[in-house]
Amino acid sequence: MTRENAPTEGRRSRSWRPRIPTLPEDPPPGPFRPEFWRSPIRGPWLTSVLGLILLVGVPIVAITGLLSYAAYNPWLPLNDLTPGKGLLGFYLFDWPTNPPWLYRLTQGTHVVLGLTLFPVLLAKLWSVIPKLFAWPPVRSAAQALERASLLLLVGGAVFEFVTGILNIQLFYVFPFSFYPAHLYGAWIFLGALAVHVALKMPRVVSTLRTRGLRDLRTNLADTRPEPPDTSGLVSPAPAPPTISRRGLLAFAGGGALTVFALSVGQSIDGWLRRTALLAPHGRVYGTGPNDFQVNKTAASVGIVTAQTGDAWRLEVMGPHPVRLSRADLLAMPLYTYALPIACVEGWSTQREWTGVRLADLARMAGAAPGDTQVVVRSLQRGGVFSRVTLSARQVADPRSLLALRVGGADLSLDHGYPARIIVPNAPGVHNTKWVRMLEFGPVTA
Amino acid sequence: MWRDLHRWAAAHYGADPLHLLALIACFALAGYAASRVVVAGVWVGFLIWFVGAAIFHDLVLLPLYAVADVATRSVSRRLPAGGAGWPRWTNYVRVPLGLSGLLLLVWFPLILRGSQHEYRKAVGLDTSPYLGHWLLVTGVLFAGSALSYAVRVRRASRREHRRANLTNRRTRR
Repeated sequence: MTRENAPTEGRRSRSWRPRIPTLPEDPPPGPFRPEFWRSPIRGPWLTSVLGLILLVGVPIVAITGLLSYAAYNPWLPLNDLTPGKGLLGFYLFDWPTNPPWLYRLTQGTHVVLGLTLFPVLLAKLWSVIPKLFAWPPVRSAAQALERASLLLLVGGAVFEFVTGILNIQLFYVFPFSFYPAHLYGAWIFLGALAVHVALKMPRVVSTLRTRGLRDLRTNLADTRPEPPDTSGLVSPAPAPPTISRRGLLAFAGGGALTVFALSVGQSIDGWLRRTALLAPHGRVYGTGPNDFQVNKTAASVGIVTAQTGDAWRLEVMGPHPVRLSRADLLAMPLYTYALPIACVEGWSTQREWTGVRLADLARMAGAAPGDTQVVVRSLQRGGVFSRVTLSARQVADPRSLLALRVGGADLSLDHGYPARIIVPNAPGVHNTKWVRMLEFGPVTA
Repeated sequence: MWRDLHRWAAAHYGADPLHLLALIACFALAGYAASRVVVAGVWVGFLIWFVGAAIFHDLVLLPLYAVADVATRSVSRRLPAGGAGWPRWTNYVRVPLGLSGLLLLVWFPLILRGSQHEYRKAVGLDTSPYLGHWLLVTGVLFAGSALSYAVRVRRASRREHRRANLTNRRTRR
């Protein structure tokens, strides 16, 4: 009875809501009552626009993410960080070495666009929050299933963004390896997203057809609630507006722009790099040829100078194994290429690398470039990237180097002295540092 | 036959048969991916983080910022702007506050130095500059907002002035 006397009752125009005979009882107080949600700008139009923005952005993040998995050439031995992937690796292919900046572009896009979309995702989730408390919680089997899929959608979206954002900051608080969790979580998210888009697209289309884009020109004074409908988003008891719909879109867009502007610099060279004030890998080390981003210090992987000094030898295994000192390598034909180093964590930088061609080393060991792949082993103790397999295509590319110098100077210890791999278009972790052994062998896959 | 199926689905399922088909596909893919998670041996942590992500967003983060927003609005109602004709300042606080909070939400492991240990090991540098960067950006956001508010106040008071002059002239005539 008390609810009949509630002051909001007069504003609650319930007539437009479908009366469902199976409605078990009135919603409990609080967020389960539609009048609890008072924002006058929530409604199908706002949600549709935010959804469409995500519908453009999320597929790009998804495709670049899946490409990053392919970039590891996980079909080669040692390379797969998710060996149990099963059918979820159906799209893998031999990762190209051309164009050399492709991975820089795709992975920079994956990380920076993902960061940029995060505020839009928050706005989208804000716009639909009343639906979480819809009453009754279940009206039909169809609705129950759809709500369960929304747990996959929302859980998956937040899970993917959060694990990615924490991982690039090296904040390893999650109790699982990043690679399998982020990959499998992505598939759960994308499946739920595809179904959500299919189910909601008719409403998006009809909403935009009837309402158009006039709200993009409507200021605060003229902002009105959307007409009552069955979406469950429009408040039956709207408060006076304090921000227009275009204001909210500008707010979310401003958040996206702010995050973008403060992080994109870590994927750019030159003075723009200094704009990366809030990005984990846009740091400035100095002005020397070795003063660029480090992503694994020698100290952290147990490399000491005794291992990398004059006693260091490169073991080149193949039909005719050889051992080479750094002086031997420097006496071989050296080549210099400007190639980017691009990390899975999104940052990248282009440098001039000087070194010996992997193809020349293969020939020296009696292997034929083109039919030869190589297992690269590092002095680094442990860690999944202390060894990696490079494909025949990567070995054969004339720009694939065992680099000895960068920017004209000897590599610094943190950049892999005495020798490191540089392969065009390979993910950064495949550009192994502190190389101790190259095992050339026949193609396995 | 299709019509029968349709009728049956509408009565017993509550939607189109295609709706059911799409959701079955969705759960099949999710189930398969989940089986890969089990194979990877990380399903407990994965499940906790996956469900926890949705719960954290919907029941912790969103209520928290919604309450902060309600507080901002109620303060702005109680402390109205300086002069008559001044625009409301709500959004001039809300926006920089929201953007600054967003940056903290995204980058807190760096700003609050939670990832200092791993970061130092990998990058060879300290996370200490990030707090300063965040405060700097926050300062710039609030300063920019204050500036645009000042511009609006000026425009509004000029308009007010002009209107007053106009009415004065009219009354004199």
